Amino acid sequence: MASETIALTAAHDVSQPIGTILHDWVTTVDHKKLGILYILYALVFLVIGGIEATIMRIQLIVPHNHFVSPQVFNRMFTMHGTTMIFFVAMPILFGFGNYLIPLMIGARDMAFPRLNAWSFWLTAFGGLLLYFSFVGGNGLYGAGTAPDVGWFAYAPLTATAFSMGHSTDFWTLGLLVSGFGSIGTAVNILATIVCLRCPGMTLGKMPLFAWLNLVMAAMVLLAISPLTAAQIMLSLDRFLGAHFFDTQAGGSAVMWMHFFWIFGHPEVYVLVIPAFAFASEIIPVFSRKPIFGYPVMVAATVCIGFVGFSVWAHHMFTVGMNSYANSFFTITTMAIGVPTGIKIFNWIGTMWGGKIIFKTPMLFCIAFLFQFLIAGLTGIMLSAAPFDWQLGNSYFVVAHFHYVIVGGILFTLFGAFYYWFPKMSGRMYNETLGRWHFWLFFIGFHLTFDFMHVPGLLGMPRRIYTYEPGRGWEIWNLICTVGVVFQIAGTFVFIGNLLWSYFKGKAAGNDPWDAWTLEWSTSSPPVEYNFARIPVVKSRRPLWDIKHPEDPDWKYE
Amino acid sequence: MKTAIGPDIVEGQTMLQEIYHDSPRQDHKRKIRWTAILLAGYLLAARPVFGNSEDPSQVPNMFKPQSTPAHSIFHLSLFVLAICAVIFVIVFSLLTYSVIKFRRRANDDGREPPPIYGSNQIELAWTVIPVLIVLVLFLATARVIHGIQQAKKPAEAIEVIAIGHQFWWEFRYPALGVLTANELHVPVSDPSHPTPTFITLLSADTDHSFWVPRLAGKTDLIPNHENHMWIDPDEPGIFIGQCAQYCGTQHAKMLLRVYVDSPEQFKKWVQEQSKPAQVSESAKEGRRIFETTACINCHAVSGTVADGRFGPDLTHLMSRDTIASGAATNTFENLRLWIHDPETIKPGSLMPAMNLNQKDLDAVTAYLETLR
Repeated sequence: MASETIALTAAHDVSQPIGTILHDWVTTVDHKKLGILYILYALVFLVIGGIEATIMRIQLIVPHNHFVSPQVFNRMFTMHGTTMIFFVAMPILFGFGNYLIPLMIGARDMAFPRLNAWSFWLTAFGGLLLYFSFVGGNGLYGAGTAPDVGWFAYAPLTATAFSMGHSTDFWTLGLLVSGFGSIGTAVNILATIVCLRCPGMTLGKMPLFAWLNLVMAAMVLLAISPLTAAQIMLSLDRFLGAHFFDTQAGGSAVMWMHFFWIFGHPEVYVLVIPAFAFASEIIPVFSRKPIFGYPVMVAATVCIGFVGFSVWAHHMFTVGMNSYANSFFTITTMAIGVPTGIKIFNWIGTMWGGKIIFKTPMLFCIAFLFQFLIAGLTGIMLSAAPFDWQLGNSYFVVAHFHYVIVGGILFTLFGAFYYWFPKMSGRMYNETLGRWHFWLFFIGFHLTFDFMHVPGLLGMPRRIYTYEPGRGWEIWNLICTVGVVFQIAGTFVFIGNLLWSYFKGKAAGNDPWDAWTLEWSTSSPPVEYNFARIPVVKSRRPLWDIKHPEDPDWKYE
Repeated sequence: MKTAIGPDIVEGQTMLQEIYHDSPRQDHKRKIRWTAILLAGYLLAARPVFGNSEDPSQVPNMFKPQSTPAHSIFHLSLFVLAICAVIFVIVFSLLTYSVIKFRRRANDDGREPPPIYGSNQIELAWTVIPVLIVLVLFLATARVIHGIQQAKKPAEAIEVIAIGHQFWWEFRYPALGVLTANELHVPVSDPSHPTPTFITLLSADTDHSFWVPRLAGKTDLIPNHENHMWIDPDEPGIFIGQCAQYCGTQHAKMLLRVYVDSPEQFKKWVQEQSKPAQVSESAKEGRRIFETTACINCHAVSGTVADGRFGPDLTHLMSRDTIASGAATNTFENLRLWIHDPETIKPGSLMPAMNLNQKDLDAVTAYLETLR
């Protein structure tokens, strides 16, 4: 079987005219190329979103700073949030999903390759539309360029009375268009995983990566739809004089909050579940043990998927719900901590008794475990409604969700980059640079986001472009900004490592990590058709079975 | 632009903050020492910062509660923090132990460790224990939620309507006939004879949030959606807060000050606020200019033709320590600058520059200075 699953060697890239190469990438329907397009596109926006964050941190370094005007600051946090969620996190996770899911389940492509390309280009143009607002948002003179309504764009700030010009329209349309792209990709991932698994790969034998992406895709379908509906209603308000959210005409501001957060909270799980998927692949390989409690991991994920849709109003504890609603959303939010905790325990169980190899991907995943633990515990604090009445909308919340998104998702993403870079490029990354990246980013992350909790406890609300001296907030803001320097340095090392390794790295071979899932059985980078012959699997670790015929997994599972 | 706020006040403020960062009751000696430094700070500064600063703690620290809702949240938070700390220590230790203990050693024999696929007993244990913890946390939390949200309003309660505006606060006392802005005055509430303040929260435009961390958690002010909260501060003083829901360009300088007065002080304040404006002869020219320009489209001065409602009521402007919703201290220079060019103090505020000539500007400012 070993020789059969290994693909024919890729025809070596003969140099082609640049026009042909470009045409090839623009018109491609290959899941691997689309995956790489998603990832590269998201990396560009990661840098843009990072610049926006840096501008905010410079502005907040001292009280009464005049680095940028309040108008610019408000645009920066709106664009930073929108960009990072919709045009960095989602595309980059879709990119990895796109690239890896067919390879992991032994398929030749996604179920709908053309839909796949269509979805990518919708997402891409959605981002361009949003950023075109810097040029075209100036509908009325002086009425703003980029949107400045915050990434959750609470009504009635988005009504024409408070948001003149077209900046909010660019925001709405950008998210509407990219939302359709996300729905397309979700349908595609669902269909691929349900229909295209190779012979022998029952649902219970899928890699956890596929299981988690399945849950993520289902959540995208359910979560993006209300957002899309709300964006259409908002456009009707703004262009056709409807009054869904226009409070001046009797509309409801609270209804927008419900629409937004029934999308917004599941969205957090849409982002974090793929991060769990990376950790669930990387931690076993570098501990040299199979994942601990596979069925429980699947059950916990599905449980998060369901319960994740019943917690949204914990973002709304301060809007004046009655005490029973507040109690309900407190218990559901606390309850979701249980399956999440189970996941952390199972990852510890996976490392327990293993032989942990501290390569860069594993370093990022271990840091993820520690950081996600803290993010989860601050989440429990915020889930207690009265505590949230104090902490909500303060810098404590900002620190909490950056702990989830940076400390959790971005760290595993970096791990995923280093883990699958050899597969995608055919070359090994530079381990020394990888470690430099890890430590710089680790220090920067903790400087910025550990100390960011404190001003929140001392009463500093989020989204303020400046603050008064003497509130006890100065030193903490200073430290947060200093941390950014390390994060920027780490990012430079990361990008430098990718570029250097792509051109100069050592050949990786098919299976540099001695791993167990099907993507490592084909060439690096994989040929267009992925597998010369569709593999047949008997267990969750098909490559283990091949490498250890005397002690295969399928005898025990 | 910093000068608009007055750099001379910064030094004094920092000292105040340092002093009251530690509870002044705990360390008497230190208090005396700091009081001396405070006085020195005041001498160094050109003038006192805020006229009325008996308890000018500038740090809105939620862990120094001074009112029942903030107290019960504080106690709940200690409980939640304690449980989280225990979980943290356990899981952190497990993680650290496994990462250190199960690392591959230098003298590794190259054999794969024995595969372990899972254990139902262990899974059950780490499912049931967290469920129990969640249950305990929930019950403790629900008790506080109901305790705060379903508190009965005593007959002696003061009623206030707070209306959020882009970027300032309007406070109405319907039973007392008082109307003011940005600086809320409430009586201290003696636990044996409570006089809590019940606040109805409304908004005239976008969403805002009323947050004074030492008195209570935040509650939003949402158009078309009436909200309620209450406070019963147990000590006199000034409590700092600010708008905690992004409401537009100047969200950052929608600051909030709550003055907790002794019952006598509060009574006196209400009496003074209930009087119509006292107009002195000396400011006649300024009054004429004020009443014949756009000022009165937005501002009201009771007993005169000025009855605009878009901006703060100015009848007793000089009884307030700050202008522009706390963005600047209420001094002649700041007031004059605020009328002349609001952008220097609060860029993006809805107050327009009045484009008065120097003479008229001085006259209007002088008139406003008479509104005590």
